[in-house]
Amino acid sequence: MTREELPNLAESKLTALVVDDNFVNQSIHQKLLARLGITNEVVCNGKEAVDAHCSGRNYDLILMDMDMPIMNGIQATKRLREMGIESKIAGVTTRANEGEKKEFMEAGLNDFQEKPLTISKLLSILHKFDFYVQT
Amino acid sequence: MLGLGVDRLQADINRLLASLFHQGVLDEHFLQLQQLQDETSPNFVYDVINIYFDESEKLLRNLRLLLMDREFSDYKKIGLHLNQLVGSSSSIGARRVRNVCVAFRSASELSNRPGCLRGLEVVEHEYHYLKNMMHELFQLEQQRLLAAGVRYPI
Repeated sequence: MTREELPNLAESKLTALVVDDNFVNQSIHQKLLARLGITNEVVCNGKEAVDAHCSGRNYDLILMDMDMPIMNGIQATKRLREMGIESKIAGVTTRANEGEKKEFMEAGLNDFQEKPLTISKLLSILHKFDFYVQT
Repeated sequence: MLGLGVDRLQADINRLLASLFHQGVLDEHFLQLQQLQDETSPNFVYDVINIYFDESEKLLRNLRLLLMDREFSDYKKIGLHLNQLVGSSSSIGARRVRNVCVAFRSASELSNRPGCLRGLEVVEHEYHYLKNMMHELFQLEQQRLLAAGVRYPI
């Protein structure tokens, strides 16, 4: 998909939080979101994601990595749901066997994608959450 | 004359990239990285690849320290480091590095120390080859930008 064909969702004023301890993935995920016009922030682990919400911040979309130090994605997702956070959470991880995927989904995910994240996968996530309607 | 220099350098860049794709060193995710570079982040590829180098070298150092320890038995830690390497290598399109990391990870899951040591050597070899190729690519890019009369901030 060329740059000209990409949707610009800036008017939707969507916000996203990237939760990942890997700086390469942080950079790429932030850039993918920015390319689609989605304002975003980044944190390095699940605890920072929970702390961000405790401080009153809220996001339309959370891209949650699974394996992170201090608090992993499964623990963070459970905690956010316990707090009543209703944001759409998409698990994004390098590898997960069926058992790990099931555990991650049951923690409260709305969607799951295998890394590496691409524009197509991100659009699929947004479409599933009705943030983006293909024309 | 300047135009010819730029064209020749661009041809060299294209040839190098084609070779790296043909060898399986890079895959389509490197193309995505290039496509994400734009006027708001004109050095995006260079910046991300350098982050990758910094992170990878720390991970490789840690892996070597772990495996060189005679008392070593923490294969789970090896697995965690390798998950990071697999993840970031996949994200930048470093296919061969990613694949040899996956093979190394299989050895760690079997608690196979000799296999891990061999795996580490292969990963280090592939990583350094990739790094050398990326440096060559960036040098050509810089020469091309200079030839085109553009300042390339480093």
